[in-house]
Amino acid sequence: MSEVKPDLVDVQIDGVWHQFPKGTRLIEACRQAGVEVPHYCYHPKLTSPGNCRMCLVETGMPPRPAPGAESPQPDESGHLPISWIPRPVIACANTVAPNMGVRTTGPITEGCREGVMELLLANHPLDCPICDQAGECSLQEYSVEHGKGESRFREQKVKKPKNVDVGPRVRLDDERCIMCSRCIRFTDEIADDPVLGFTDRGSHTVLTVYPGRELANNYSLNTVDICPVGALTSNDFRFQMRVWFMRQTDTIDVNCATGCNVTVFSRQNKIYRVVPRQNNDVNSDWMPDSHRLSFHWIDSDARLTEPMVKENGKHRVATWGEAIAKTVEKLTSLSGSEIAVIASARMTNEELLMVNRLVKQLGAGHVEIVPRMGEADGYLISADRNPNTNGVKLILGLEKPGSALERVKSGIEQGRIKALLCLQENLVEDGGFSGELLGKLDFLLATHPHANPTTGIADVVLPGACWAEKSGTMINVTGRLQRLNKAVDAPGETLESWEIVRDLIQALGGGNGIYSAMDLFKQLAAEVPEFKGLSWGQIGDLGLPLIETGETIPALEREKERKAAGLIVG
Amino acid sequence: MAIIVQRPKLKWWEQLYLPALVSGMRVTLGHLVATLTRKTKVTMQYPEEKWDANLPDHYRGAPALVTDEHGRERCVACQLCEFICPPRAITIKPEEIPSDDKWAKVEKRPRAFEIDMIRCIYCGLCEEVCPEQAIYLRKDYAITGTSRAEMVHDKERLYEIGGVRTGLVNKWNDLK
Amino acid sequence: MPMPLSPFDRMDWHLIIAAAIKIVVFVFFVTLPLVAMSVWAERRVSAAIQDRVGPNRVGPFGLLQAVADGIKFLLKEDFTPAHVRKFYFWLAPALTMVPALLTCAVLPFGSQLFGEKMVIADLDVGPLFVFAIASLTVYGIVLAGWASNSKYPFLGGVRSTSQMISYEICMGLSIVPLVMIYGDLNLGRIVHEQAQNGWALLPLWGEGLSLKGFILAIPMFVSFVIFTTSMFAETNRLPFDLPECETELVAGYHTEYSSMKFALFFLGEYAAMIIGSGLCVTLFLGGWSLPFGWLAPATIDSEVPWWQGLIHIGAFFAKVIGFILFFIVVRWTLPRFRYDQLMRLGWVFFFEIALANVVLTAILLWVLK
Repeated sequence: MSEVKPDLVDVQIDGVWHQFPKGTRLIEACRQAGVEVPHYCYHPKLTSPGNCRMCLVETGMPPRPAPGAESPQPDESGHLPISWIPRPVIACANTVAPNMGVRTTGPITEGCREGVMELLLANHPLDCPICDQAGECSLQEYSVEHGKGESRFREQKVKKPKNVDVGPRVRLDDERCIMCSRCIRFTDEIADDPVLGFTDRGSHTVLTVYPGRELANNYSLNTVDICPVGALTSNDFRFQMRVWFMRQTDTIDVNCATGCNVTVFSRQNKIYRVVPRQNNDVNSDWMPDSHRLSFHWIDSDARLTEPMVKENGKHRVATWGEAIAKTVEKLTSLSGSEIAVIASARMTNEELLMVNRLVKQLGAGHVEIVPRMGEADGYLISADRNPNTNGVKLILGLEKPGSALERVKSGIEQGRIKALLCLQENLVEDGGFSGELLGKLDFLLATHPHANPTTGIADVVLPGACWAEKSGTMINVTGRLQRLNKAVDAPGETLESWEIVRDLIQALGGGNGIYSAMDLFKQLAAEVPEFKGLSWGQIGDLGLPLIETGETIPALEREKERKAAGLIVG
Repeated sequence: MAIIVQRPKLKWWEQLYLPALVSGMRVTLGHLVATLTRKTKVTMQYPEEKWDANLPDHYRGAPALVTDEHGRERCVACQLCEFICPPRAITIKPEEIPSDDKWAKVEKRPRAFEIDMIRCIYCGLCEEVCPEQAIYLRKDYAITGTSRAEMVHDKERLYEIGGVRTGLVNKWNDLK
Repeated sequence: MPMPLSPFDRMDWHLIIAAAIKIVVFVFFVTLPLVAMSVWAERRVSAAIQDRVGPNRVGPFGLLQAVADGIKFLLKEDFTPAHVRKFYFWLAPALTMVPALLTCAVLPFGSQLFGEKMVIADLDVGPLFVFAIASLTVYGIVLAGWASNSKYPFLGGVRSTSQMISYEICMGLSIVPLVMIYGDLNLGRIVHEQAQNGWALLPLWGEGLSLKGFILAIPMFVSFVIFTTSMFAETNRLPFDLPECETELVAGYHTEYSSMKFALFFLGEYAAMIIGSGLCVTLFLGGWSLPFGWLAPATIDSEVPWWQGLIHIGAFFAKVIGFILFFIVVRWTLPRFRYDQLMRLGWVFFFEIALANVVLTAILLWVLK
């Protein structure tokens, strides 16, 4: 990030000369040159102990002439000849030097890799058919690419503990462990909960959790992600689905304002797991367990799949047309000041834009969201548990979102507000509205993915899609605009919120002409000044900074410090 | 490139067509007589006569799951057969073997294992891909049912068809 | 010879009842079952020729297969495509079936039984009647092809028209020598003549056993070949089944037909085959007569014992069945002609040969008088 141009050195990688800043590790230099050096223990966000030996490469430097001998002459391109060193070095911990040569192929490197693979596999069990890592296992990949293809090991394999509970969410299989120590370093350096370590020596080395402790911190599942083999597996995902069956959708987490970048793994419209996706401006490579596992909420039994209207105190299934017509009939009989709209800061910017139009169409007197404030954990979880509070501020124009909720309550109490449109929120459980209070309303519309106390009271209940079922954009706590991508289809007749609001506006006499969230984003770019000139494609998978909020993400700040100190590559 | 085929020059009596007619008749009538006198017998009267005794060892009939001589279900629900299956006939739902089970050390087994025999094309890729020697194509070929649901072989039925198979590699018995 | 007058003049109930019984028995209890059986025979024989088994499941030896097929045809959905000319579409199958059965009328299928002549209508213009009626069959096929309003049936219908018209000429010319020799057009009397004096193709007894008989057998043989071949063409059988040639025309003129309407075409084709065989047998192979004059009645009106009458009927159907088997074997032996070859054969060879044959017969008759 520094503006000063760093010193560049010339390095020859596999016969081609490249330029890299001084201090670049060989493994990163090779990666930038388009050559992947196989590695297990190296992780750019962790320190490099250099203990797996998989990244050995052959290097060379210009020859140093004996005293009196002729010094080497540079060739036409200005590079000195390279004298290759017969002893390979690990690419993860060594840095580039001027006129250095690196060979990632050739008999020395390939022989080293074969040898390392053979030793790693000597005690590795033939568990692949039951191992959850199969399919995304570095050991499998590298044994295909760099292994000998057969084992010379005829002795008994070392037995180690299998199926060990090391924490509430993580399971350990020591036989599969290849002692890369990534998990140990993660718990020590990132999660500040150093409970893992190696005991015993030689081939009997085992990964253990400190006696009396367990791997229970809220970031423990990240060790499963970084484990290159199947030694650490997730209890939640264990034996649920093989990885090769699942479709991967890049989207973002909506459990707090950080908006961790995630990949959703789904098959046949069912989500099986959510894993963090690298974004060095948001969540680095990590995400909290609590957010990661919250996707189970989507599939609960309480899921609403059809619109419902209340008749004689009981809900019955209705068509969309019927439900919308009933709503519109009620709303048109009231004046704007008698209508309040409670939107949600869990909505995308596109949906909020539609809400804004609905408010204008109705001339509604009140528009508000339900705030969700908690405590920041000092890592990735933001104090604001709503993912798009910044979007609410920008699009709905609320200065302090949530501050006027009490006024809505008193309005209902005093009978000034007769109709309430509650979009994607649970007023009873999250907004602090009592059931009796809501009962005083003439009309309550509730849209939500799930049946809850609020939808129980509502006169019209509409099923709205949840985060994994819709596309859109959100603005996170640092003011970064990020994209939400649809991973699975919504069940039954569920619609996305912008579709529901669009249908309402249309039924109220407003315009239409919107067919996708992308259409809405175009209108957003045209109408909201902060979005001016942006396009859906420009946002990209990693998002882009949109506004300045002055907020930072603590885990990222620490990562920057460690990078500046040269501890990690970053 | 066009090829010009020279037409054969026919003699006058050949042009009459009658010799060709007679020699053709000799062929067809020869077959007729041979079939009527049962000298040639090609057709097998299927439901009454069956070929089962002559089925080769490599015959690819219905795929089925096997247990080994220790009574262990071989399948560990790795789902490779589900993956390889070209018509996607196989559906597996895995589960963890409870810790009090005799074979708890195997850790994983299929909770449900279904093969849709309407979809199955008897290609044998499941048998070939199985790393656990758990699924084999048996010699059953007359798979019938009166409903679609009946044509889906569940785990129980698959083990019933498959039976016990001995002489397999028992890697889970050792070293664990 | 006293000829029975029209039944309406004399109100000859005996004649009416006898004719009705003959019609019902010959057409509905003999010819139609024979059609069914020839379909079965076609399938079993073709199967045997191809080393197969053929239909053998329904009834003993699969004999009831024809019944099963009939039931199937009756119960199948009778589908009429929307784009067809409905009236003609419905008319065509009937027009194919009816003429085939009508020609039954003049075929003498036996000598006498209980003093009754075994022919439905003892016309003096037998062969002419047959040709007159049989040429109507072409209307059925042409109408089917045209009314289907679809290209393959149309091509099939057109092909069928020109093919049938062409071969009808050859066919008609081919029996002229025969008529010249026998000097009669009454099929009953032709058969009687053959019973006494040797079949047209086998003059080995009676007056036929003479130099004249042998010499006259030559034009008879030529006539027989042309007549039989033309019969194949007229009945759209292989090797001349170009109107329904499936490699080119899907199913030809009956592509759009299904169910009972298709069955009528099918029946018509086989009925035509049976009647054709019957005519050929009557003209060239002595009809109901046994070879070498065995059990031949002395004169056409002489009394025939009932058992001899039955033997004569049996002889006729044995010959017809033999001829049908010949039809079947030919079908599974010969490949289909090309259309231009078919037309060339009909117009360039058979027409000329038949004409020449007429002249030849005339010369022979004059010389041998």
